[in-house]
Formats: sequence, C-alpha cells, structure tokens
Amino acid sequence: MTVKKQALPAGMHASHIRKDSSQIMINILTYIFVTVFCIICILPFWMIISSSFATEESIRRAGFTLWPVDFSTYSYELLFRSPDQMIGAYVVTIILTLVGTLIGLFLIAMTGYALQRRDFPYRNKIMFYIYFTSLFSAGLVPFYLLIVQYLNLRDSYFAILLPLLMSSWLIVLMKNFVKAIPHEITESGKIDGAGDFRIFVSLILPNLKPALATIGLFLALSYWNEWYYSSLFLTTKVVYRPLQYHLYNVINKVASLKNSVAGSNVVITDLPGETLKMATAVVATGPIILLYPFVQKYFVAGLTVGAVKG
Amino acid sequence: MGSLQKAVPKVINYKKPSFGRTLMQNRTLILMCLPAILFFLIFAYLPMPGAYIAFTNFQYNKGIFASPFVGLKNFQFLFISGQLGLLLRNTVLYNLAFIVLGNILQLAFAIMLNEISSRGYKKTAQSIMFLPYFISDVLVSLLVYNMINYDFGFISHLVRNLGGVMPKVYQDANAWPFIIVLVHLWKSTGYGTVVYFAAITGMDSSMMEAAQIDGANAWQRIRYITLPTLKPTVIILFLFAIGSILKGNFGLFYNLVGNNSMLFKTTDIIETYVYRSMMNSFNFSQSSAVGLFQSVVGFFIVLGANAFVKHLDPDYALF
Repeated sequence: MTVKKQALPAGMHASHIRKDSSQIMINILTYIFVTVFCIICILPFWMIISSSFATEESIRRAGFTLWPVDFSTYSYELLFRSPDQMIGAYVVTIILTLVGTLIGLFLIAMTGYALQRRDFPYRNKIMFYIYFTSLFSAGLVPFYLLIVQYLNLRDSYFAILLPLLMSSWLIVLMKNFVKAIPHEITESGKIDGAGDFRIFVSLILPNLKPALATIGLFLALSYWNEWYYSSLFLTTKVVYRPLQYHLYNVINKVASLKNSVAGSNVVITDLPGETLKMATAVVATGPIILLYPFVQKYFVAGLTVGAVKG
Repeated sequence: MGSLQKAVPKVINYKKPSFGRTLMQNRTLILMCLPAILFFLIFAYLPMPGAYIAFTNFQYNKGIFASPFVGLKNFQFLFISGQLGLLLRNTVLYNLAFIVLGNILQLAFAIMLNEISSRGYKKTAQSIMFLPYFISDVLVSLLVYNMINYDFGFISHLVRNLGGVMPKVYQDANAWPFIIVLVHLWKSTGYGTVVYFAAITGMDSSMMEAAQIDGANAWQRIRYITLPTLKPTVIILFLFAIGSILKGNFGLFYNLVGNNSMLFKTTDIIETYVYRSMMNSFNFSQSSAVGLFQSVVGFFIVLGANAFVKHLDPDYALF
C-alpha cells in the first residue's frame, strides 16, 4: 500500500504525477475553450464601455466598435449635466437594497434557525407551508390585483421592498447553513437559561457569518437588479425609479422613439441617444461590476451548499 | 430537504402534552417564524382564491368576486384560438433547449475546469464565467442590442465587412430561437458550471488516483470515473428542470423581445403573454386563465418529477 503515502496535498490534482499525451491534449483544449468562453463573457461588457466613449457620429458611421473611433466623454457630460434622475435612482436603489437586505436577512435567518431546531414540533408543518408556495402559485394576475386593489401599493416603494424580502429557496438555503451548527450550542444556551430568541441572536447569528454573507448577497443582488416589480407597480407618477428600471426606460424610450420615426421616412441616424444609453448602462451597473470580484466567492459558497446538501 | 421526512426524535412521553401547552412552550420559536408565515400568507396564499378571476369576465371596478362568472369560456377561447398551443410549444421547446444544451455546456466546462492545474487560472476563469449571472436582464438586452442591432451592431458590422448579409434580426422571427438560446447559455453557463464543479471536487479522489496508477489516461478517467460519478447529480438536476418546464425566464424574454409583435410567433412564452395581456391589453381574465393553466399543470409535472426522483434516490427528493 505505497499509494497511501502518496496522499496529495490539497488542491493538487493527480495529473501532477505524470502527464500522458491525452492529458496534454485535454489541457490544450481546455485552455482554448475556457479562454474563448471567458472572452465571450467579457466582450459585451467591454463593448458597452467602449461604445459609451464613442461619438454619436462615429457610431452611425462605423457602428459599435471594440475601441472608440473618436474618443469622447460627451455622453457622460450630458448625463451629468442633469444628474437628478440618476442620483435619485441611486438613492432609491441603495435605500431599497440596504433596508430590504437587512430586514430580509434577519427574518430569513430567524426562520431558518427555528425551522432547523430539532425540538420544535411544528417545524415540518411550517416548512411545508412555506415550501408549498414554490410548487403552486395563483399566478401573476391575482398577485397584481392584491397589491394594487387590496393593499393599495401602486406607486409605493413598498410594492418592491416587500415581495423581495424572502423566498422559500433562500429559507431552505439558510436551513442548510444552520444545519452545520452543532445542536450543542443551542443546548448550552438553554442550560444557561437563555430564551430561544436570545440564543438565536447571541449564539447562532455570530456562527452564521458565511451564510449571512451569501444569502445577503443574493438578496442584495435581487434588489439591485430589480426592474420587474417596478415595471408592474410604479407608474409615471413616480419620479425616481430604481436604477435598472430607470435604465429600462432609457433604453426603451429611445427604442420606441425610433420605432415611431421608422415609419415616417425620417433618417434613423439623425436620432441621438446611442452613446447616452451606453453611458447610462455603465453608470447604473458599474458599482456592481466593481464589487463583483470581492463578493463572487460568497455566491460560489452558497451555490455549493445549495447544490450539494440541497 | 431530506430532513423534512425525518421524524422528530421520540422523547418518551408518559402523557401527551395538550395542544395549548405545546403552543405555549414553543411560543418564542413560533413568534420567530411568524414574520415568514405572514409573508407567505399575504404574498402567496392570499392571492390564491383570486385565481377565480380566470372563470370570470373581469371588470376592474367590480373587483374579482363581483365580476360575472363565465365558467370555462376563457380557457375555451385560448384553446380554440390556438393561442395556448403556441405558448405551450414555445415555452416547452425553449426550456428543452435550455436544459439539454445548458447541461452539456455546464458539464463540459466543469470537467474542463477540473482538468486545469493552475489555481489562479481556474479561479479567474470561474469568476469571469459567473459574471453574466450578476447583471440584470435589462442590461443583457442592451448588450444584445449592441451586438446585433442592424444599423450599428458590432456583429452586424463584422458580417458586412466580411462580405456577408446581416438580416434585420429585430424584424426576423426565425432568428430569435437561436439568439435567445445563445443569450441564455451565455448568462447561465457559469452558474451551472459552478454547481457541477462543486460536485466534481466533492468526489472521492482515491478512485482517480487508483485509475491513474492502473494506467488510465485522461480521456478514460473522464469517461469512466468523472462522468459516471456525476450521473446521479445530472439526472436529478435534469428531472427538476423538467419539473419546471412550463416556467419561463420572463426577464430575459421580455427584455430581449419586449412588445415587438413581429417576433411573438417564435418568442412568446407563457410568462410574457400573461404579463403583456395584463399590462398592455388589460385582459385580466384571459391572462389569469393562462397563468392558472400553467400553475396547475406545472404543479402536477413537479409532483411527477419528484416522484421519479424519489424512486431513483429518496435522499434527493424534495418532499
């Protein structure tokens, strides 16, 4: 059993021992395919940035190019000349994201902990009650009418904040994280005479940091990228829209303008706006892309927990 | 979810405590679940009786339950007009393409990532592939526009410069099944790759090493060890994907196609129809009839898929 002694250090692949020809072949193919796919993943983002720094005229002439033909910051100047909309959108989005993520995270963690408690007799019933909602729903129309006709939340930011607070999937994910915390911690808290809520706040929450990071990021992302509920519930009366919905309007306003002119023989190329659209996209999405390298590992962690144990 | 089935460890009880007592004893835990219970009550259970609207000729000012009852007329209309058939066809075919092509790509990239020995490259590649998952569908639509717009698109110009003819894709319904599938793969491959990659790295490495010593080459190791080990994961993910075959990726479809009716023939799925007929044509009754059809049929498909998974491996069953 000499094999055992050769136990490989963590992260090292067996292929380090010996490279056969098929391994070399696979490595070459792998590097080619993965690199090409990575380029395809990044290229569109680069194109948006590049296009936002081009002049309107050069786009009409040469289209969107890998590198701006005539470099210009005009679209950004235009954007920041009347920055009200953008600043408002940022403020709304940041507040929604912060408030929604914090409240949602706390409630999800609390629920996940209670439902993972072995000595809680109703946990299976409540879990099923929650889980059933992901199997069957009334559909969009009754939900829409509930919000608009019965809860009167049209044009209210609550119509965006509330429905995104929780999901059965995130509660299940949280339960999986809680499962990894030994039950003895709860027991020790009980022996010290702490109540269930106290145990949760002072003993469990500190142990849930990776879970809070992962699930918090999922929540934050859904608030940051929110445009769907906004499109359903915010009418033109609302001045400041969430960022992505603002972007949606900028994109589609220009598009509809274009459609309306397309029939009337006006030269499409006379219309401004292409670079402005791109610049709006850059400003609206920039922060999340800049944050991405620092947060993506928590997503990977969440997916792994969800996939392997789920 | 396996834990749902596990019975609560039986404590020897000489007398079963009364319901009220158990309630009192667990009041804190119940209160801790209360926000979630209320949340799902309001946003998921309260709308359920509202599905009644599918059987009415809905009048906004009267509300759901005072609108005239019309029985199955809404459903009849959708069947006879062929609308429902078209929506079902599109929804199911798109999902099949997503599931089959998506899983092949994700598996391939997960296996490839596993073959890469440079840790830095592996991590960077994983991060980059995961990036498209992070952005909103609104931005995706702009990225696509930037690429294939007839007048200015990057690819359009490339095609023309190479002497080809670029179709006006935003007017050509036949182009969209390809575009939507490609964009979907672009956005979701990184996500699925991470899932499969996690399953591969969780594999028992001793088998690999044994095969290595027995002289198996890299292809053989993938073919006879990695793939068979992944098979249960693949089958189960596949079955659950089939379970939600009537659900569509609304955000992607709606942002790419929007209200461009020239493209509906090949791009309209259940979700987009429901949304449009409610928000644009205010046809609440038909919209909800389609939605209810999707919910009910989808529910039974999930039950079927789950029963099948349970049959294969009870540990993976959802309930």
